[in-house]
Amino acid sequence: MHFLVFNVIDNIRSLGWSGAFQLLRNGVVLGSLYALIALGYTLVYGILKLLNFAQGDVFMVGAFLGYGVLTAFGGALNPEIGLVPLILLMFAAAMVGSGVLGVSIERFAYRPLRNAPRIAPLISALGVAFFLENSAQLLTGGYVYSYDALELGGKNGNLGPLESPVFSVAGNPVTVVQVFVVATAVGLMVGLMLLVSRTRFGKAMRATAFDREAASMMGIDTDRVISYTFFIASMLAGAAGVMFGLYIGTTFFFMGFLAGLKAFTAAVVGGIGSIPGAVLGGLLVGICESFAIGYVGGQWSDIVVFGILILFMFVRPTGLLGSRAIQKV
Amino acid sequence: MSDTPDKPDTPDVSEPPPEREAGAQIGVDSWVATEQGRRARGGPLGALARGWESTPDAAKLLVFLAAASTLPFWLNEGDLFTYGLFTLLYAILGLGLNVVVGWAGLLDLGYVAFYGIGAYGYALVSSPQYGIHWPAVVAIPAVMAATALLGLLLGFSARRLQGDYLAIVTLFFLQAFLAFTGTANPTIAGVGLTGGPNGIPNLDPLSFFGYRLTSTKQQYFFLLGVLAVVAAAFYLANLSRTGRGWRALRDDPLAAEVMSIPVDRLKQLAFVIGAATAGLCGAIFAAIEGAVVSTDFTVAVLITIYAVVILGGLGSIAGVILGAIVINVSAQFLAPQSDHPEIKRWLFYGTVLFLVVALVKPWYRAAVSLLGAVALGFCVHAIVAAAAAPSWTAGAAADAGSGSTGKAIASWVLITQGHGNFDTYVYIALVVALIVVRSVSGWWRAVALIPTLYLIPVVWENVLAPNPATTALILFGAMLVVLMTTRPQGLLGTPRVEVM
Repeated sequence: MHFLVFNVIDNIRSLGWSGAFQLLRNGVVLGSLYALIALGYTLVYGILKLLNFAQGDVFMVGAFLGYGVLTAFGGALNPEIGLVPLILLMFAAAMVGSGVLGVSIERFAYRPLRNAPRIAPLISALGVAFFLENSAQLLTGGYVYSYDALELGGKNGNLGPLESPVFSVAGNPVTVVQVFVVATAVGLMVGLMLLVSRTRFGKAMRATAFDREAASMMGIDTDRVISYTFFIASMLAGAAGVMFGLYIGTTFFFMGFLAGLKAFTAAVVGGIGSIPGAVLGGLLVGICESFAIGYVGGQWSDIVVFGILILFMFVRPTGLLGSRAIQKV
Repeated sequence: MSDTPDKPDTPDVSEPPPEREAGAQIGVDSWVATEQGRRARGGPLGALARGWESTPDAAKLLVFLAAASTLPFWLNEGDLFTYGLFTLLYAILGLGLNVVVGWAGLLDLGYVAFYGIGAYGYALVSSPQYGIHWPAVVAIPAVMAATALLGLLLGFSARRLQGDYLAIVTLFFLQAFLAFTGTANPTIAGVGLTGGPNGIPNLDPLSFFGYRLTSTKQQYFFLLGVLAVVAAAFYLANLSRTGRGWRALRDDPLAAEVMSIPVDRLKQLAFVIGAATAGLCGAIFAAIEGAVVSTDFTVAVLITIYAVVILGGLGSIAGVILGAIVINVSAQFLAPQSDHPEIKRWLFYGTVLFLVVALVKPWYRAAVSLLGAVALGFCVHAIVAAAAAPSWTAGAAADAGSGSTGKAIASWVLITQGHGNFDTYVYIALVVALIVVRSVSGWWRAVALIPTLYLIPVVWENVLAPNPATTALILFGAMLVVLMTTRPQGLLGTPRVEVM
């Protein structure tokens, strides 16, 4: 393994501070995407204690819905309507479509299993994820589709306004789309926290998460609360899908699997059930992955990231911001 | 509390079991009560179930082995390979997974990694890769020992993590394995260790004391022997104190620990046994295929093995073997190189017909739905053929060559060519239609079934049948969901009760 260590030291030297900043910037943006998916995981896990394997694939479906709207309006190179309404429409379609998908998944794959042995909903979730993934493969032919995000809104194939720099640090530009992704993730996190802590519905959510049976005895329609929770969680994943398309530029059927896996770990790293924890975890996983790609090399990055995550789960399964759960008997 | 599983239209509502009332009884968990209600049913199926339960297990295994050993005498070499050999391989793999998931109740999603490690392990010690040529009699035990050791290490995660966390950590393990073998491929002693995306070719065949198993027939009998030994060993293990410990651990880990059952050791033991079994299968698989590639050990394989174990019934050895037969035979029928297109079609339409007749009660509603679907089909086909461009039915011409059934289907189902989006729309329409059918009841369901039953063949002929490999995986995924929500104990498993 010695060669790996030397490579890493070489890479750190050759990339320098400027390279490190680029890696950090990419990591933060990627991490914000993970954070959005992780918020969905954390909401669903908080309320149902269920690892919703399908969350990553809902994210993928959202990316394809956004792509569908983009294509329907003439594609990125030659859109029929203005840039802002086009992007708004993409988000609307992806979020509503993913939300409906999430609610129907909950209704048909998880709700019949509310009182079943614990392993049953997990296997059902695995089945849903696999169904969505392979359906997407079937319907898209397994190809990688490009948003052409670089040229989106630009004239005659020039770079679009999304790629213009907002500010730069030591000669490294930070573009509009990068700021947009991070700002949206933070904004949605704040919105969610307000929703959960300040509104009547948030109170119902917290009550359902705390004790479903008692909540339903207090007159809370827990099934409806759970449905809405799935709608919100899937909407976030759908939004993340469109942002992935705008930032990374491509969408394909398998992208939900690994992204979902990493986002779930992000939720665990941050402390599952905690909303700021999900964002913190997402950022950490994103930065970790970005530095692994830059310093260790693309082919090793997944192994490094998964290795770190496995170790983290061993050492502190309750996460950074999570509270140590007391098991009720 | 009304905890009965959500079933808006229970099929056997019309004939309730005679001596029991529907719903929960005092002192009986509602989950058990519904199960007992189902089990008390009469008819030929009930008799079959009772007969199955009263047959001793050893007799079942012997009957299965006797039947399986006649297979090589009436199947040709190719069919024996795809239908026989792979069924046995899936059965052994399923038995190993059953120990971890079915008995110890640990959701191990890294199982396929051990299968892959077994295959790569065999490849490293029995191929020209490093010029090492251990005979199988040495290589297989060595590989099993190595995978068992790795299982022991991964089992440490089971000591600390439970449920979902364990599932995700083991899935990481699988992903790390895939990344390691497929893309990382470190260079050791001047050679890429795992061959990267090309894998390792030219493996030695199985050889025992100089006797080489090269024909499919020999390999089949060898695998059958392995299956018999593994099944018998696991059967005895299940009866032993260890087996009881596993089941206690699965049903309630906390109570098991209080009863002084060594929970952590049992968890690791389950991991070790599962890993060693997977390693054994991997080594045999590598030797039979003659090459290993990392794409043989993806999540798709994981889902297939889970489908095997869950279809038959978690925790049941006979169920796993039955599951392996059903899953592998249907997967191979769907496979692209399958040379039985007509049988494939019969199998599909037969299954749909059987499901409608078996699940839609009373019979006249099923009849209305079926006849309605047939009528709807001919109407739609006639209208489209008269009004629209010929390309909407053009696929039929290409398809008509494949026998009389093909012709009949082609004049009923729209088979299009060159309408890419049509595929997407009908597929989504079918999924929506199935959801509608599941949500409504009574006559509305019969009505909703009419377009659904027509959409099923349209989707099948246009979308699914041309892409058999993906179709198999879609069906396995859907099957996991449907089985878990309707019959979580699978075909032969015993129902379980979670103590809340």
